[in-house]
Amino acid sequence: MVSWWKLYALFFKMGLFTFGGGYAMLPILKNEAVEKQKWITEEELLNYYSIGQCTPGIIAVNAASFIGYKLQGIRGLIAATLGVVSPSLIIIMIIAALLSRYMDNQYVQMAFGGIRISVIALIISTVTDMWKKGIKDLRGYIIFGITAVLLWCFDISAVFIVIMAAFSGFIPDFRSKKQ
Amino acid sequence: MIYLLLFWEFFKIGLFAIGGGLVTVPFLFDLSETYQWFTSQELTDMIAIAQSTPGPVGINMATFAGFKTAGIGGALLATLGEILPSMIVIYVIAGMLARWRENKYVNQVLASIRPAVLALILFAGWHLAGAMIVNYKEVIFLFILLIAMRLYKTSAIFYIIISAVIGIVLKI
Repeated sequence: MVSWWKLYALFFKMGLFTFGGGYAMLPILKNEAVEKQKWITEEELLNYYSIGQCTPGIIAVNAASFIGYKLQGIRGLIAATLGVVSPSLIIIMIIAALLSRYMDNQYVQMAFGGIRISVIALIISTVTDMWKKGIKDLRGYIIFGITAVLLWCFDISAVFIVIMAAFSGFIPDFRSKKQ
Repeated sequence: MIYLLLFWEFFKIGLFAIGGGLVTVPFLFDLSETYQWFTSQELTDMIAIAQSTPGPVGINMATFAGFKTAGIGGALLATLGEILPSMIVIYVIAGMLARWRENKYVNQVLASIRPAVLALILFAGWHLAGAMIVNYKEVIFLFILLIAMRLYKTSAIFYIIISAVIGIVLKI
């Protein structure tokens, strides 16, 4: 069983390397929580993101809470969540107090130019990596296709999409009935 | 008193901002108008800094706004206020999920959401790319990274650090 201290430390590390919103954290969670520590499966990680998308709060915190709870109950939930927010607290307070002009530094800007592109590349390659675990049959392809059209053509809200997809889970599979 | 108010206001943001960090922005603008804790100019700077510092954007913004308003105590209470609703809601849902793990309908619903979430994540990447990739140098770098990630499965953190270095060396 993983100790709450290790849970805190690992989520601290993951928070430290998350640049951007909750989606930017997905590649890091997949790496650390799924592949290295084997705490959860890829399906579970996608479940957490699905639910985190339409529940209150920051997605990164929601995902951390889920994983922490699965490993250690309420204590794990608190340790993981505090771990993921601690780097922000420390770094932002230092910047706010001392280095409010650090953004103007050209080396910082160039480093972030590189980081931003790697975050985009990581998000895209995580989707292709998780493809097999997320989409297992024809129904999956149809849901992915409809969602893609709704997003790219109509820019529909994520909450609405997740709720619609959830309801589609109740549509019976006519093909298997015929057998 | 300011601490209690900060905690309460950020608790409400954590409760009503559904869908991630940047969703909290309009709530923060409301705060700047209602309380004059910070100006909207300061808030714009905070958003820029929150996006280019380590840590989830939503948490960075809450910490920053709390610090501007009431120092270290403000930063701690604003952040705690913002994450508490998540923790409570996820605690309840995670408990239910654990209990109904074998339930057929729960599994069908989750299996139907997963493809949609993959599309949502891809769309988020697309959106970011559209906002951030502006010249051919960046496009080439993106493709090189995508190929490298396909060929060499190593940690995400490694790619982030390497890209920061490349950004400085190649002046991206």
